Amino acid sequence: MIQYTLRRLIASIPVLFGILLVTFALGRSVPGDPCKAILGERASQATCEEFIKTRGLDRSIPEQFAIYMRDVTRGDLGNSIKFSRPVMDIIIERMPLTIELSLAALILAVLVGVPLGIISAIRRNSPIDVGTMLFANIGVSIPVFFLGLMLAYLFAVMLADTPFHLPPSGRLPAGVTSTPFYELWGWENNGEGIWQNLQIFLGNLYIFNAIITGDWTLLKAAIRHLILPSVALSTIPMAIIARMTRSSMLEVLGLDYIRTARAKGLNFRQVTFKHALRNALLPVVTIVGLQLGALLGGAVLTETIFGLAGVGRTLFEAITGRDYPIVQAFTLVIAIIFVAANLIVDISYAYLDPRIKLD
Amino acid sequence: MSTATVEEPTVAKIGSNVKAESLWAVTMRRFFKQRNAIVGTIILLILVLTAIFAPYIAPYDPIQVLIGVEDVSRREKPCVHLLGCDPEKSQHLMGIDGNVRDQFSRIVYGSRYSLLIGFTTVSFAIIIGTILGAIAGYAGGITEDVIMRMMDVLLAFPSLLLAIAIVAVLGPGLQNTLLAVGIVTIPQYARIVRSSVLSVKEQEYVEASRALGASPFHILRKRILPNSLTPLIVAATLGIATAILDAAALSFLGFGAQPPAPEWGAMLGTERGQIFSAPHLVFFPGIAISLTVLAFNLLGDGLRDALDPRLKGK
Repeated sequence: MIQYTLRRLIASIPVLFGILLVTFALGRSVPGDPCKAILGERASQATCEEFIKTRGLDRSIPEQFAIYMRDVTRGDLGNSIKFSRPVMDIIIERMPLTIELSLAALILAVLVGVPLGIISAIRRNSPIDVGTMLFANIGVSIPVFFLGLMLAYLFAVMLADTPFHLPPSGRLPAGVTSTPFYELWGWENNGEGIWQNLQIFLGNLYIFNAIITGDWTLLKAAIRHLILPSVALSTIPMAIIARMTRSSMLEVLGLDYIRTARAKGLNFRQVTFKHALRNALLPVVTIVGLQLGALLGGAVLTETIFGLAGVGRTLFEAITGRDYPIVQAFTLVIAIIFVAANLIVDISYAYLDPRIKLD
Repeated sequence: MSTATVEEPTVAKIGSNVKAESLWAVTMRRFFKQRNAIVGTIILLILVLTAIFAPYIAPYDPIQVLIGVEDVSRREKPCVHLLGCDPEKSQHLMGIDGNVRDQFSRIVYGSRYSLLIGFTTVSFAIIIGTILGAIAGYAGGITEDVIMRMMDVLLAFPSLLLAIAIVAVLGPGLQNTLLAVGIVTIPQYARIVRSSVLSVKEQEYVEASRALGASPFHILRKRILPNSLTPLIVAATLGIATAILDAAALSFLGFGAQPPAPEWGAMLGTERGQIFSAPHLVFFPGIAISLTVLAFNLLGDGLRDALDPRLKGK
């Protein structure tokens, strides 16, 4: 097992190297003068020369790539043009929102998608099955941005005066603020070192922060603001998970050992949930992991629509504002998260399914 | 005794007058047995006809500003005579957009963009993907490693984000969007072709071809690639759906088709701020995209089921 994990880790090194090459190329293919693009149009000749020298832009491409690799491994992702701050700080500040959003969407997708898939497999060709599959087909076909806008219209305008009213934008309502736990508990934090940055990161996970500080008003507000964006973001994964669960369940239910279990006289519940479901869920695990990419891509759209300052929206704004260090760094970070998630899925899959040969 | 009487006529039937059906005939028959596939085909047919006959269907020029031409105002709600709109007023089935243009006409012309985007990106990706996959599978060794690792790297990015990043470098515009969406889907096709090349390249009939002195290109084209056709067709149909969605997302964000082009994603994107005051400007383009994508998804599913040999006879 450990050997297999190690081998998978080593196998992902070329991919990580390739990702670095791509993001490096992304940063170098900035149209126009790189100095003016990064320091702004008004940078003087002298500052530009200084910049080119310190950044190693006068050296050969392989050397530049080596410098880039060195910086990245040190956690130095450059400075944002617009914010004049290290990109790493912006990631620590804004990544938590995207994580909250993606996790909420993923949990929703699994909690709804898996049971729907099971029910439609058990009641094959029943109205529930037909309805679920219709829903799944529509779910993968409806654009996230369209669904998001429609949900916002429905819950913020049409249901404005009902208890179902939900806020269409922002992370918290006016007047509610999230005080990070380290401030509340009087811990010193000036943003230096890994430990303090981790605190900032965790403090920006509003739901986590609200739970550990016991601030229920904040928790309620944060969750209410998260509902619409996460529902919009969850439909595509939900539909895919429901379909996958259904077809996997149908396949398993047709196998001999299920017939044996039935012949043994086990009741329906035992056969379905103990014998069939366990095996049927294996392929679903893979699909769930793969959905992370769709979630991170969809986050750009969802965050833009719902006015959330997460990684996706920051990336979008950086592209329109030509803030290349952010574009480069965010693309890199997202790709690494995606690769890591796939790796974890692969390893856990091998762990869950003893039939997979580890060599 | 009883079994014999049952089997006899069956044997006789096969022996006498049943014509062998071609693969395509079988596929078509099974395809049209599925309700979903029929629905998908009908929607697609309507879409194609709309795109072809757009000038005859659309009552207005899609980029014509109606100020001074008609008595309409910005973002006016739909006016349909049958639904009780004042017959004195001119009819605008889907209302007026933010630049005082007839939205119905724009939606009609938008079908051309959607189909164009779907077919060009997927054709591009299939051609490049097939070439890369075939080379990788056939050559093996380092060539294969390099090509497939490149594909892994492309797959390591969420497709929409990679497409956005590519457009960020190339600059916004419809052409660059097509290119970006095409590039991010290449790996999928390369993998399909490579795996089917691998699965058949050691087969005896391929070896026989080789022994007869056929060139590698001939073997690839005549002996190996036909095997990838089925999975490729399915992947392509579903790929068109994804491509249209991704391209619409790019246009929605302002990176794709530029105004005044009547592209659905872009139409939705420009008016997204008006969702609370003029929801019809978001609703109709959104429905148009959803229906188109749905059609290709249904079609792809239907084709997969029809082409799957394991389901034969069911």
